[in-house]
Amino acid sequence: MQDLLAGLGRALHLIVTLDPELIEITLRSLGVTLTALAIACAIGLPLGGWLAVRRFRLRRAAIAALNALIGLPPVVVGLVVYLLLSRSGPLGVLGLLFTPAAMIAAQAVIITPLVASIAHQAMRDLWADYHDLLISMNATRWQRIATLLIDGRRGLLTAALAGFGRAIGEVGAVMIVGGNIEGATRVLTTAIALETGRGDFALALGLGVILIGLSLAVSVASHWALRTERRGRW
Amino acid sequence: MVTVLPLRLTGATLARRGRTLVGPIDLTLAAGGTTVVIGPNGSGKTSLLRLMHGLQRPAAGRVEWALPDASARTRQSYVFQQPVALRRSVLENLAFPLRLRGVPRARARAAAEDAARRVGLDDRLSQSAPSLSGGEMQRLALARALITDPEILFADEPCAALDGAATRRIEGMLLSAAATTRIVMATHDMGQARRLAREVIFLLHGRIHESGPADAFFDAPRTLEARAFLNGDILE
Repeated sequence: MQDLLAGLGRALHLIVTLDPELIEITLRSLGVTLTALAIACAIGLPLGGWLAVRRFRLRRAAIAALNALIGLPPVVVGLVVYLLLSRSGPLGVLGLLFTPAAMIAAQAVIITPLVASIAHQAMRDLWADYHDLLISMNATRWQRIATLLIDGRRGLLTAALAGFGRAIGEVGAVMIVGGNIEGATRVLTTAIALETGRGDFALALGLGVILIGLSLAVSVASHWALRTERRGRW
Repeated sequence: MVTVLPLRLTGATLARRGRTLVGPIDLTLAAGGTTVVIGPNGSGKTSLLRLMHGLQRPAAGRVEWALPDASARTRQSYVFQQPVALRRSVLENLAFPLRLRGVPRARARAAAEDAARRVGLDDRLSQSAPSLSGGEMQRLALARALITDPEILFADEPCAALDGAATRRIEGMLLSAAATTRIVMATHDMGQARRLAREVIFLLHGRIHESGPADAFFDAPRTLEARAFLNGDILE
């Protein structure tokens, strides 16, 4: 209990004093996660929509595989990305290992199946409602997917937030491919792991509180930005 | 003028999992007027409309328009028994078919506002369409179906579950539309069929049992089953 209170106090202190290191780590966390999320959404949302409207022979198998990929162990993803980006790996020439770009790649791989799967479920239900209408109106396949993406934006927001939550809290993969280098690849989760290892539980808890606050803030901001039934959309 | 009609069904059959739902149907729909499809529940009214509109492919036989299919699809509309409202505003629902066809936003908006005025929804433009009442939603669905000036409109029991006032309003819209649009409508309301029909198709067990001019059908049905149906008897 004492550690918890001390952690809250430390978090408050860090925030109030605008601790430069905290701000740097927080901004890097946000930057890495939001970039990974943007990539995951760019791939996962249309993929979810496509799986909802398209019928093909291996569709069920594809959906099952997608759902199975949600459970990918982050550490394994980190290891695979590490091997791909390491100097002797196929992408080693890019020199991305131990950079934020490597962390973005690992996070994008981890959360894309999650985003695509939730998006697929949301759009599958909407597609059941819209199917006949859109076919009747002669909408092209891309118009159908676009309609589902626009009208299903609440479900898609949930998909994106789930992806954000998984990515911002991820530690194993980013530790492996980022290396937790101070001033370069240290993010909130790796900093928490480091401080816990050092025995500075108060600081670790303080960073944890900030991490949770960040997730809440992004969630609230997203709901506010994407709220439906707004006037003046035209 | 190039027209999508007549529509010809030749031995058209709709089947699901080996069971015939409708057909074989031989039918020609020429231009002009309103055709009302009647029949007891399960007789295949909805299936026939869906088959004609192309929502379902025939298992056998042919459904042919006077124009190629791709062109014919753009000249028809369909109103569903359970109106489908997009999760958007009334205005956006009305403009939607035009936007799908690439009509510029400003023109689509103007047409949607005009359509809303004609069906009495102009005070609901920014309201979320799914929050409309049943009657309002069906008016919206009909106005949205008519906004592209289709040559032919399929309406599947558009007044089912509506009260008298809402039904009168929908019928008024259908009568106005019938001046320029060929209407094919399914209903189980005989009063409505008498008020709207120029032609009647009486379906029984998925097949056309009797068809012809509405006056002749209602005054002197040729078959025992049609007579029984008009008398309100239960048909097995």
